[in-house]
Amino acid sequence: MSEATTIVRVPVRLTVNGKSVSAEIDPRTLLVQFLRETLDLTGTHVGCDTSQCGACVVHLDGVAVKSCTTLAVQADGASVTTIEGLATGGKLHPMQEAFRENHGLQCGFCTPGMIMSAVDLVARFGPNLDEATIRENLDGNICRCTGYHNIVKSVAAGAAAMGSAEAPRAAE
Amino acid sequence: MYAFDYQRPDAIAAAAAILSADPEAKALAGGQTLLPTLKQRLAQPTALVDLSRIPELSGICATTEGVSIGAMTRHADVAASELVRAAIPALADLAGMIGDVAVRNRGTIGGSLANDDPTADYPAAVLALNATVVTDRRSIGASDFFRGLFETALKEGEIITRVDFPKVEKAGYAKFRNPASRYAMAGVFVAKTAAEVRVAVTGAGQSGVFLWTEAGDILSSDFSVQAVSGLALDPSNLMSDLHGSAEYRAQLAKVMLKRALASITG
Repeated sequence: MSEATTIVRVPVRLTVNGKSVSAEIDPRTLLVQFLRETLDLTGTHVGCDTSQCGACVVHLDGVAVKSCTTLAVQADGASVTTIEGLATGGKLHPMQEAFRENHGLQCGFCTPGMIMSAVDLVARFGPNLDEATIRENLDGNICRCTGYHNIVKSVAAGAAAMGSAEAPRAAE
Repeated sequence: MYAFDYQRPDAIAAAAAILSADPEAKALAGGQTLLPTLKQRLAQPTALVDLSRIPELSGICATTEGVSIGAMTRHADVAASELVRAAIPALADLAGMIGDVAVRNRGTIGGSLANDDPTADYPAAVLALNATVVTDRRSIGASDFFRGLFETALKEGEIITRVDFPKVEKAGYAKFRNPASRYAMAGVFVAKTAAEVRVAVTGAGQSGVFLWTEAGDILSSDFSVQAVSGLALDPSNLMSDLHGSAEYRAQLAKVMLKRALASITG
Protein backbone atom coordinates (compact mmCIF):
# COMPACT_ATOMS: atom_id res chain seq x y z
CA MET A 1 0.00 0.00 0.00
CA SER A 2 1.38 3.40 -0.89
CA GLU A 3 1.20 6.48 1.21
CA ALA A 4 -1.78 8.68 0.46
CA THR A 5 -0.64 11.20 -2.11
CA THR A 6 -3.07 13.95 -1.28
CA ILE A 7 -3.40 15.00 2.30
CA VAL A 8 -6.88 16.12 3.18
CA ARG A 9 -6.42 18.92 5.65
CA VAL A 10 -9.02 19.26 8.36
CA PRO A 11 -10.23 22.35 10.14
CA VAL A 12 -9.67 22.69 13.88
CA ARG A 13 -10.89 25.36 16.23
CA LEU A 14 -9.88 25.34 19.85
CA THR A 15 -9.19 27.65 22.74
CA VAL A 16 -5.55 27.88 23.78
CA ASN A 17 -4.72 29.81 26.94
CA GLY A 18 -8.04 31.59 26.68
CA LYS A 19 -7.64 32.63 23.06
CA SER A 20 -9.66 31.12 20.21
CA VAL A 21 -7.47 29.70 17.45
CA SER A 22 -8.35 27.97 14.22
CA ALA A 23 -6.36 26.37 11.43
CA GLU A 24 -6.50 23.82 8.65
CA ILE A 25 -4.08 21.07 9.51
CA ASP A 26 -2.75 17.73 8.34
CA PRO A 27 -4.60 15.19 10.54
CA ARG A 28 -1.21 13.76 11.57
CA THR A 29 -0.36 16.93 13.44
CA LEU A 30 0.22 16.16 17.09
CA LEU A 31 -1.18 18.58 19.61
CA VAL A 32 2.37 19.41 20.74
CA GLN A 33 3.40 20.17 17.14
CA PHE A 34 0.37 22.38 16.71
CA LEU A 35 1.21 24.28 19.89
CA ARG A 36 4.91 24.65 19.18
CA GLU A 37 5.05 25.00 15.40
CA THR A 38 1.73 26.58 14.45
CA LEU A 39 1.15 28.73 17.52
CA ASP A 40 4.81 29.27 18.48
CA LEU A 41 4.07 28.20 22.05
CA THR A 42 7.42 26.51 22.60
CA GLY A 43 7.13 26.25 26.37
CA THR A 44 5.63 22.78 25.98
CA HIS A 45 8.56 20.43 25.39
CA VAL A 46 9.04 17.15 23.58
CA GLY A 47 11.32 14.94 25.61
CA CYS A 48 10.90 11.30 24.71
CA ASP A 49 8.12 11.52 22.11
CA THR A 50 6.95 8.09 23.38
CA SER A 51 4.57 9.20 26.19
CA GLN A 52 6.98 8.23 28.95
CA CYS A 53 8.58 11.48 30.12
CA GLY A 54 5.77 14.00 30.58
CA ALA A 55 7.69 17.06 29.33
CA CYS A 56 4.78 17.67 26.93
CA VAL A 57 1.97 17.66 29.52
CA VAL A 58 -0.71 20.29 28.93
CA HIS A 59 -4.27 20.58 30.19
CA LEU A 60 -7.02 19.52 27.80
CA ASP A 61 -10.43 20.60 29.07
CA GLY A 62 -8.92 20.88 32.52
CA VAL A 63 -7.07 17.57 32.80
CA ALA A 64 -3.42 16.68 32.23
CA VAL A 65 -2.65 14.93 28.96
CA LYS A 66 0.49 14.14 27.02
CA SER A 67 0.35 16.44 24.01
CA CYS A 68 2.84 14.23 22.13
CA THR A 69 0.27 11.43 22.27
CA THR A 70 -2.77 13.46 21.31
CA LEU A 71 -3.66 14.60 17.82
CA ALA A 72 -4.49 18.25 17.43
CA VAL A 73 -7.76 17.22 15.75
CA GLN A 74 -8.71 15.33 18.91
CA ALA A 75 -8.57 18.68 20.71
CA ASP A 76 -10.97 20.28 18.23
CA GLY A 77 -13.55 22.25 20.18
CA ALA A 78 -11.64 21.84 23.42
CA SER A 79 -9.82 24.22 25.71
CA VAL A 80 -6.06 23.79 26.11
CA THR A 81 -3.85 25.36 28.74
CA THR A 82 -0.08 25.34 28.32
CA ILE A 83 2.69 26.53 30.61
CA GLU A 84 2.42 29.92 28.91
CA GLY A 85 -1.18 30.19 30.08
CA LEU A 86 -0.48 29.91 33.81
CA ALA A 87 1.03 33.29 34.62
CA THR A 88 -1.40 36.19 34.77
CA GLY A 89 -0.60 39.87 34.43
CA GLY A 90 3.15 39.30 34.33
CA LYS A 91 3.03 37.48 37.67
CA LEU A 92 4.14 33.87 37.92
CA HIS A 93 1.56 31.28 38.89
CA PRO A 94 2.07 30.14 42.51
CA MET A 95 3.30 26.75 41.26
CA GLN A 96 5.86 28.40 38.97
CA GLU A 97 6.97 30.66 41.79
CA ALA A 98 7.34 27.64 44.10
CA PHE A 99 9.59 25.88 41.59
CA ARG A 100 11.79 28.98 41.47
CA GLU A 101 11.84 29.45 45.25
CA ASN A 102 12.62 25.81 45.98
CA HIS A 103 15.10 25.29 43.17
CA GLY A 104 12.78 22.65 41.69
CA LEU A 105 14.76 22.41 38.48
CA GLN A 106 18.25 22.19 37.14
CA CYS A 107 18.30 22.10 33.33
CA GLY A 108 14.61 23.01 33.22
CA PHE A 109 13.64 20.79 30.32
CA CYS A 110 11.07 18.77 32.27
CA THR A 111 9.79 21.80 34.20
CA PRO A 112 6.82 22.84 32.02
CA GLY A 113 5.39 19.32 32.19
CA MET A 114 6.17 19.02 35.89
CA ILE A 115 4.34 22.25 36.63
CA MET A 116 1.32 21.37 34.49
CA SER A 117 1.10 17.96 36.18
CA ALA A 118 1.52 19.61 39.58
CA VAL A 119 -1.34 22.04 38.95
CA ASP A 120 -3.49 19.09 37.80
CA LEU A 121 -2.55 17.27 41.00
CA VAL A 122 -3.78 20.19 43.13
CA ALA A 123 -7.02 20.25 41.13
CA ARG A 124 -7.59 16.60 42.04
CA PHE A 125 -6.30 16.39 45.59
CA GLY A 126 -6.50 19.94 46.93
CA PRO A 127 -3.73 22.15 48.32
CA ASN A 128 -2.57 19.97 51.22
CA LEU A 129 -0.44 17.33 49.57
CA ASP A 130 1.70 14.80 51.36
CA GLU A 131 4.95 13.58 49.89
CA ALA A 132 3.62 10.13 48.96
CA THR A 133 0.71 11.60 46.97
CA ILE A 134 3.03 13.96 45.12
CA ARG A 135 5.57 11.28 44.28
CA GLU A 136 2.94 8.77 43.19
CA ASN A 137 1.13 11.24 40.98
CA LEU A 138 4.25 12.59 39.33
CA ASP A 139 5.18 9.13 38.07
CA GLY A 140 4.41 10.17 34.51
CA ASN A 141 6.96 12.99 34.62
CA ILE A 142 10.62 12.18 34.41
CA CYS A 143 13.46 14.46 35.53
CA ARG A 144 17.05 13.40 34.85
CA CYS A 145 18.74 16.16 36.87
CA THR A 146 17.27 16.83 40.26
CA GLY A 147 16.66 13.48 41.90
CA TYR A 148 13.12 14.83 42.47
CA HIS A 149 13.57 16.03 46.09
CA ASN A 150 13.31 19.71 45.26
CA ILE A 151 10.53 19.06 42.77
CA VAL A 152 8.49 17.37 45.48
CA LYS A 153 9.21 20.29 47.84
CA SER A 154 8.22 22.75 45.11
CA VAL A 155 4.93 20.98 44.41
CA ALA A 156 4.03 20.89 48.11
CA ALA A 157 4.85 24.58 48.50
CA GLY A 158 3.10 25.54 45.26
CA ALA A 159 0.01 23.60 46.25
CA ALA A 160 -0.12 25.32 49.63
CA ALA A 161 0.32 28.71 47.94
CA MET A 162 -2.49 27.90 45.52
CA GLY A 163 -4.66 27.03 48.51
CA SER A 164 -3.98 30.30 50.31
CA ALA A 165 -4.32 32.29 47.07
CA GLU A 166 -7.77 30.79 46.62
CA ALA A 167 -8.89 31.34 50.20
CA PRO A 168 -9.49 35.11 49.99
CA ARG A 169 -11.34 34.70 46.72
CA ALA A 170 -13.55 32.04 48.24
CA ALA A 171 -14.37 34.39 51.10
CA GLU A 172 -15.35 37.25 48.84
CA MET B 1 3.37 8.90 10.89
CA TYR B 2 2.16 7.97 7.45
CA ALA B 3 -0.65 10.13 6.14
CA PHE B 4 -4.22 9.16 6.95
CA ASP B 5 -7.66 10.63 6.53
CA TYR B 6 -9.46 11.67 9.67
CA GLN B 7 -13.14 10.96 10.25
CA ARG B 8 -15.20 11.83 13.27
CA PRO B 9 -18.66 10.30 13.02
CA ASP B 10 -21.25 11.07 15.68
CA ALA B 11 -23.07 7.75 15.63
CA ILE B 12 -22.02 4.10 16.00
CA ALA B 13 -23.70 3.12 12.72
CA ALA B 14 -21.79 5.80 10.81
CA ALA B 15 -18.48 4.68 12.34
CA ALA B 16 -19.25 1.05 11.55
CA ALA B 17 -20.12 1.97 7.95
CA ILE B 18 -16.76 3.69 7.41
CA LEU B 19 -14.82 0.85 9.04
CA SER B 20 -16.72 -1.82 7.10
CA ALA B 21 -16.27 -0.05 3.77
CA ASP B 22 -12.51 0.30 4.25
CA PRO B 23 -10.68 -2.60 5.92
CA GLU B 24 -7.54 -0.45 6.12
CA ALA B 25 -9.29 2.18 8.24
CA LYS B 26 -8.78 1.97 11.99
CA ALA B 27 -10.88 3.06 14.94
CA LEU B 28 -9.28 5.67 17.19
CA ALA B 29 -10.29 5.52 20.85
CA GLY B 30 -7.98 7.30 23.30
CA GLY B 31 -4.96 6.80 21.07
CA GLN B 32 -2.54 6.01 23.89
CA THR B 33 -1.30 2.91 22.07
CA LEU B 34 -2.38 3.63 18.51
CA LEU B 35 -0.68 7.03 18.24
CA PRO B 36 2.73 5.76 19.46
CA THR B 37 2.34 2.86 17.02
CA LEU B 38 1.66 5.27 14.15
CA LYS B 39 4.55 7.50 15.19
CA GLN B 40 6.88 4.54 14.82
CA ARG B 41 5.34 3.79 11.44
CA LEU B 42 4.39 0.31 12.61
CA ALA B 43 0.95 0.72 11.08
CA GLN B 44 -0.38 2.52 8.04
CA PRO B 45 -4.15 2.95 8.24
CA THR B 46 -5.85 4.77 5.39
CA ALA B 47 -8.13 6.54 7.82
CA LEU B 48 -8.60 7.02 11.55
CA VAL B 49 -12.20 6.89 12.68
CA ASP B 50 -12.33 8.91 15.90
CA LEU B 51 -14.99 7.44 18.21
CA SER B 52 -14.73 10.17 20.83
CA ARG B 53 -17.78 12.16 19.73
CA ILE B 54 -20.26 9.29 19.83
CA PRO B 55 -22.16 9.98 23.05
CA GLU B 56 -23.58 6.49 23.59
CA LEU B 57 -20.07 4.98 23.77
CA SER B 58 -19.18 6.80 26.98
CA GLY B 59 -20.42 6.61 30.52
CA ILE B 60 -20.94 4.22 33.37
CA CYS B 61 -24.23 2.87 34.66
CA ALA B 62 -25.29 0.49 37.38
CA THR B 63 -27.15 -2.59 36.16
CA THR B 64 -29.06 -5.28 38.00
CA GLU B 65 -26.10 -7.62 37.50
CA GLY B 66 -23.33 -5.16 38.25
CA VAL B 67 -21.92 -2.26 36.32
CA SER B 68 -21.77 -1.39 32.62
CA ILE B 69 -18.91 0.74 31.29
CA GLY B 70 -19.08 2.46 27.89
CA ALA B 71 -16.20 1.59 25.59
CA MET B 72 -14.93 5.18 25.31
CA THR B 73 -14.89 5.72 29.07
CA ARG B 74 -11.45 6.94 30.15
CA HIS B 75 -9.43 5.03 32.74
CA ALA B 76 -9.46 8.09 35.03
CA ASP B 77 -13.28 8.13 34.96
CA VAL B 78 -13.49 4.43 35.82
CA ALA B 79 -10.98 4.92 38.64
CA ALA B 80 -12.99 7.83 40.05
CA SER B 81 -16.45 6.31 39.52
CA GLU B 82 -18.57 5.82 42.63
CA LEU B 83 -20.72 3.34 40.68
CA VAL B 84 -17.74 1.17 39.80
CA ARG B 85 -16.31 1.45 43.30
CA ALA B 86 -19.64 0.45 44.81
CA ALA B 87 -20.03 -2.58 42.52
CA ILE B 88 -16.44 -3.83 42.11
CA PRO B 89 -13.87 -1.78 44.05
CA ALA B 90 -10.96 -3.78 42.61
CA LEU B 91 -11.96 -2.69 39.10
CA ALA B 92 -11.77 0.98 40.05
CA ASP B 93 -8.40 0.29 41.72
CA LEU B 94 -7.12 -1.43 38.58
CA ALA B 95 -8.16 1.50 36.37
CA GLY B 96 -6.23 3.81 38.69
CA MET B 97 -3.06 1.75 38.22
CA ILE B 98 -2.95 1.94 34.42
CA GLY B 99 -0.08 3.96 32.96
CA ASP B 100 0.17 7.37 34.59
CA VAL B 101 -2.28 10.18 35.27
CA ALA B 102 -2.02 11.76 31.82
CA VAL B 103 -2.40 8.39 30.08
CA ARG B 104 -5.44 7.57 32.25
CA ASN B 105 -7.03 10.86 31.18
CA ARG B 106 -6.97 9.72 27.53
CA GLY B 107 -6.92 5.92 27.42
CA THR B 108 -10.20 4.02 27.24
CA ILE B 109 -11.42 0.59 28.31
CA GLY B 110 -12.66 -0.26 24.81
CA GLY B 111 -9.36 0.75 23.25
CA SER B 112 -7.41 -1.33 25.74
CA LEU B 113 -9.55 -4.41 25.14
CA ALA B 114 -9.59 -4.10 21.35
CA ASN B 115 -5.80 -3.79 21.37
CA ASP B 116 -5.38 -6.74 23.78
CA ASP B 117 -1.80 -6.00 24.73
CA PRO B 118 -0.47 -9.03 26.64
CA THR B 119 0.71 -6.71 29.43
CA ALA B 120 -2.41 -4.53 29.70
CA ASP B 121 -4.44 -4.46 32.92
CA TYR B 122 -8.07 -4.54 31.82
CA PRO B 123 -7.92 -8.00 30.18
CA ALA B 124 -7.17 -9.54 33.60
CA ALA B 125 -10.28 -7.95 35.10
CA VAL B 126 -12.52 -8.82 32.17
CA LEU B 127 -11.41 -12.46 32.19
CA ALA B 128 -11.45 -13.00 35.96
CA LEU B 129 -14.79 -11.25 36.40
CA ASN B 130 -16.19 -13.13 33.38
CA ALA B 131 -17.44 -9.86 31.94
CA THR B 132 -19.26 -9.52 28.64
CA VAL B 133 -17.82 -7.43 25.83
CA VAL B 134 -20.71 -5.90 23.91
CA THR B 135 -20.12 -4.73 20.33
CA ASP B 136 -22.24 -3.09 17.67
CA ARG B 137 -23.11 -6.62 16.50
CA ARG B 138 -23.19 -9.03 19.44
CA SER B 139 -22.16 -9.91 22.99
CA ILE B 140 -18.92 -11.78 23.51
CA GLY B 141 -18.13 -13.63 26.73
CA ALA B 142 -14.71 -12.95 28.23
CA SER B 143 -13.52 -16.51 27.68
CA ASP B 144 -14.21 -16.20 23.94
CA PHE B 145 -12.93 -12.66 23.54
CA PHE B 146 -9.17 -12.96 24.09
CA ARG B 147 -7.50 -15.00 21.35
CA GLY B 148 -3.77 -14.40 21.81
CA LEU B 149 -1.19 -11.64 21.46
CA PHE B 150 -3.03 -8.52 20.30
CA GLU B 151 -5.76 -10.83 18.99
CA THR B 152 -9.41 -10.78 19.93
CA ALA B 153 -12.67 -12.21 18.65
CA LEU B 154 -13.51 -8.84 17.07
CA LYS B 155 -14.23 -9.04 13.36
CA GLU B 156 -13.14 -6.50 10.77
CA GLY B 157 -14.78 -3.18 11.56
CA GLU B 158 -16.55 -4.44 14.69
CA ILE B 159 -16.76 -1.80 17.42
CA ILE B 160 -16.87 -2.46 21.15
CA THR B 161 -19.71 -0.40 22.59
CA ARG B 162 -19.57 -1.32 26.28
CA VAL B 163 -18.39 -3.89 28.80
CA ASP B 164 -20.82 -5.44 31.28
CA PHE B 165 -19.22 -6.50 34.56
CA PRO B 166 -21.18 -8.74 36.91
CA LYS B 167 -20.91 -8.04 40.61
CA VAL B 168 -18.88 -10.58 42.57
CA GLU B 169 -18.58 -11.37 46.25
CA LYS B 170 -14.95 -10.33 46.42
CA ALA B 171 -12.26 -9.23 44.02
CA GLY B 172 -8.69 -7.99 44.15
CA TYR B 173 -5.94 -7.00 41.74
CA ALA B 174 -2.20 -6.76 42.27
CA LYS B 175 0.36 -5.78 39.68
CA PHE B 176 4.11 -5.60 39.47
CA ARG B 177 4.81 -2.71 37.14
CA ASN B 178 7.62 -2.38 34.72
CA PRO B 179 9.05 0.87 36.12
CA ALA B 180 9.68 2.37 32.66
CA SER B 181 6.60 1.42 30.66
CA ARG B 182 4.27 0.99 33.67
CA TYR B 183 2.79 -2.08 32.01
CA ALA B 184 2.38 -5.22 34.09
CA MET B 185 5.34 -7.59 34.39
CA ALA B 186 2.74 -9.72 36.08
CA GLY B 187 -0.75 -8.70 37.13
CA VAL B 188 -3.18 -11.01 38.87
CA PHE B 189 -6.92 -10.42 39.23
CA VAL B 190 -8.85 -12.65 41.63
CA ALA B 191 -12.67 -12.74 41.54
CA LYS B 192 -14.83 -14.77 43.89
CA THR B 193 -18.48 -15.56 43.23
CA ALA B 194 -20.75 -17.91 45.16
CA ALA B 195 -20.01 -20.62 42.60
CA GLU B 196 -16.27 -20.29 41.91
CA VAL B 197 -13.06 -18.34 42.08
CA ARG B 198 -11.47 -17.13 38.85
CA VAL B 199 -7.87 -16.01 38.68
CA ALA B 200 -6.58 -14.22 35.57
CA VAL B 201 -2.95 -13.37 34.88
CA THR B 202 -1.77 -10.60 32.58
CA GLY B 203 1.75 -9.45 31.67
CA ALA B 204 3.26 -12.89 31.90
CA GLY B 205 1.69 -15.23 29.34
CA GLN B 206 3.23 -15.85 25.93
CA SER B 207 -0.26 -15.73 24.43
CA GLY B 208 -1.59 -12.87 26.50
CA VAL B 209 -3.99 -12.96 29.40
CA PHE B 210 -4.95 -16.39 30.72
CA LEU B 211 -6.97 -18.04 33.47
CA TRP B 212 -4.82 -19.64 36.17
CA THR B 213 -7.24 -22.51 36.64
CA GLU B 214 -5.17 -24.38 39.22
CA ALA B 215 -5.18 -21.31 41.48
CA GLY B 216 -8.92 -20.84 40.91
CA ASP B 217 -9.65 -24.46 41.80
CA ILE B 218 -7.67 -24.36 45.03
CA LEU B 219 -9.21 -21.04 46.07
CA SER B 220 -12.72 -22.25 45.26
CA SER B 221 -12.43 -24.74 48.11
CA ASP B 222 -10.25 -22.64 50.44
CA PHE B 223 -10.24 -18.89 49.86
CA SER B 224 -7.12 -17.87 51.73
CA VAL B 225 -3.53 -16.78 51.14
CA GLN B 226 -2.32 -19.95 52.89
CA ALA B 227 -4.17 -22.16 50.43
CA VAL B 228 -1.92 -21.10 47.55
CA SER B 229 1.38 -21.15 49.46
CA GLY B 230 2.46 -24.42 47.83
CA LEU B 231 1.27 -23.42 44.37
CA ALA B 232 3.67 -22.78 41.49
CA LEU B 233 2.92 -21.43 38.02
CA ASP B 234 4.45 -23.44 35.18
CA PRO B 235 6.86 -21.07 33.38
CA SER B 236 6.87 -23.00 30.09
CA ASN B 237 4.14 -20.80 28.57
CA LEU B 238 5.34 -17.54 30.07
CA MET B 239 7.22 -14.68 28.41
CA SER B 240 10.95 -14.22 28.59
CA ASP B 241 12.39 -10.88 27.54
CA LEU B 242 14.96 -8.31 28.58
CA HIS B 243 12.79 -7.34 31.54
CA GLY B 244 12.64 -10.81 33.06
CA SER B 245 12.74 -14.52 32.45
CA ALA B 246 9.72 -16.81 32.37
CA GLU B 247 10.77 -18.25 35.74
CA TYR B 248 10.95 -14.74 37.20
CA ARG B 249 7.47 -13.96 35.90
CA ALA B 250 6.13 -17.23 37.34
CA GLN B 251 7.40 -16.19 40.74
CA LEU B 252 6.05 -12.65 40.31
CA ALA B 253 2.62 -14.00 39.37
CA LYS B 254 2.53 -16.05 42.54
CA VAL B 255 3.52 -13.06 44.66
CA MET B 256 0.90 -10.91 42.93
CA LEU B 257 -1.71 -13.62 43.53
CA LYS B 258 -0.89 -13.53 47.24
CA ARG B 259 -1.00 -9.74 47.31
CA ALA B 260 -4.34 -9.68 45.50
CA LEU B 261 -5.70 -12.20 48.00
CA ALA B 262 -4.27 -10.27 50.92
CA SER B 263 -6.00 -7.13 49.67
CA ILE B 264 -9.30 -9.01 49.83
CA THR B 265 -8.94 -11.20 52.90
CA GLY B 266 -6.94 -8.66 54.92
